[in-house]
Amino acid sequence: MLRYVLKRLVSLVISLAVASLVIFVAIEVVPGDPAAYMLGMNAQPDTLAALREQLGLNGTLAERYLSWVGGMLTGDFGTSYTYRTPVAEMIGERLWISLPLALYALTLSTLIAFPAGVWAASRRGSAVDMGVMGVTQLGVAIPNFWFAMLMVLVFAINLRWFSAGGFAGWEQGVWAAMKSLTLPAIALALPQASILTRVMRSSLLDTLSEDFIRTARAKGLTRRQVLWRHALRNAMIPVLTIIGMQFSFLMAGAIIIENVFFLPGLGRLVFQAISARDLIVVESVVMLLVFAVIVVNFAVDVAYAAVDPRLRGRR
Amino acid sequence: MMRAALTNRALVIGLVLSLIFVGAALLSFIWVPQDVGAMDIPNKMKPPSAAHPLGTDHFGRDILSMIMVGARTSIAVAVVAVVIGMGLGVPLGLAAAARRGGLLDEVIMRGNDLIFAFPSLLIAIMITAVFGPSALNAIIAIGIFNIPVFARLTRGAALSLWTRDYVLAARVAGKGAVRISAEHILPNVTNLLIVQGTIQFSLGILAEAALSYVGLGAQPPIPSWGRMLADSQTMISIASHMAIFPGMAILLTVLGLNLMGDGLRDLFDPRIRRDRR
Repeated sequence: MLRYVLKRLVSLVISLAVASLVIFVAIEVVPGDPAAYMLGMNAQPDTLAALREQLGLNGTLAERYLSWVGGMLTGDFGTSYTYRTPVAEMIGERLWISLPLALYALTLSTLIAFPAGVWAASRRGSAVDMGVMGVTQLGVAIPNFWFAMLMVLVFAINLRWFSAGGFAGWEQGVWAAMKSLTLPAIALALPQASILTRVMRSSLLDTLSEDFIRTARAKGLTRRQVLWRHALRNAMIPVLTIIGMQFSFLMAGAIIIENVFFLPGLGRLVFQAISARDLIVVESVVMLLVFAVIVVNFAVDVAYAAVDPRLRGRR
Repeated sequence: MMRAALTNRALVIGLVLSLIFVGAALLSFIWVPQDVGAMDIPNKMKPPSAAHPLGTDHFGRDILSMIMVGARTSIAVAVVAVVIGMGLGVPLGLAAAARRGGLLDEVIMRGNDLIFAFPSLLIAIMITAVFGPSALNAIIAIGIFNIPVFARLTRGAALSLWTRDYVLAARVAGKGAVRISAEHILPNVTNLLIVQGTIQFSLGILAEAALSYVGLGAQPPIPSWGRMLADSQTMISIASHMAIFPGMAILLTVLGLNLMGDGLRDLFDPRIRRDRR
């Protein structure tokens, strides 16, 4: 087990190093140089020179890359050019919206997908199964930002149950804050719940067709007992992988959804930074999101290996 | 096979829906109900009527015509992105399988993992932000993320084909890895590639819509479904038809392509159909 974790840890570090290089290079190849790009066409020569100095553009490529990575490792993400505040501080504030939103959506998607998938699989071929599968077909095909707009139309504008956008703030209490995250979380969760339901169903069907299930039935367990005691536990592995992968979709999906609801989260920060050409913020937030995704996937891999020793030999 | 195709409900519905939208896009080159460049402010935001079956937008343009022309943008972006993904991903997958276990295989597969680790939409947004928003950059951004999908699929399928007797026979006959890949492996993975291509096509349409919704896709005056939705957002309470119809267009196209993909999979591999249903 330790060997496996160490091996995965090495590949984690390599992935992070390559990812940071890719992001660094992508920002470096912007037309002109980053300083000229950020200031636009009408920049004064002395402002340009000052920004070049601040960004450290006078150093070599290697120096700049190392100082960027080194800064991030010590929690220094640089200073936003447009807001004049440390990027780490801005990320800290926004994380209090984006992270709860992603977790909220992940919880919703799991809570919907689990019973729906089990239900459909346990009555395979029935009207229930067909109905659930039909709804998931729609769920994966619907653009989530459009679904979000329709929910705003129905629940915010017509029924007035929710506000159409904005964030109440945690200081208004947990209830108010969660309420303003509810429609965004549903919009984010819907496609993920549909995918998860399908995975849950097919994984359970695969497991139910295995020999040990027949053995369990033969020794006199009821179908329900077999389903809950034997099948479900074995069907969980692919489901867990998908849940891990969905984290990255939720992070990226949040960029669009946060814009629909005017939620001041990380996604909206990236987007505003892009519009303001604030590359310092873009670079750091993108790296942070990629870091989160890679680390979550690592955690999922290790969690499996702990649960199922057979997986340790494979990659 | 033909009869199997016609009795496959998902395939038929999917094919019909997809053909409607491809047909509408093609038709828009020679005819649209109303010129999408012509603004008619007095008739702005009118609900559906005989003159405008899907109503008009905030400039008084006919929404049906806008959707038809917008279909071109969506389809073009998604198709080219699939072509990029297949064009680069399939050869990489074939090469990785031919040199399985070797350094080349390792490099290709780790590269794939890396691209998978990036939240695709985020990077698409970064690419379009750095190089400027345009349909071309949207295509590149979406296309890059199709590469590992096809590479992984091709490699997985090719690995099992390499153990077959006819491949062994070809090796004995002195054919090299490139010829074997092209003559014996590739033809046997085409079915899989077609199915995956359909699915990536539908994902591409969703991605294009999302990018142009946030203003990073095709730029005005080229109509696109995503931007029609963005334009409608502030007017949703007074002119909800502006938001409903372009969204329906995206939903139905994506649904059609997904159903077609499922249907094709069943058709190509009847074994799965028997097992799963």
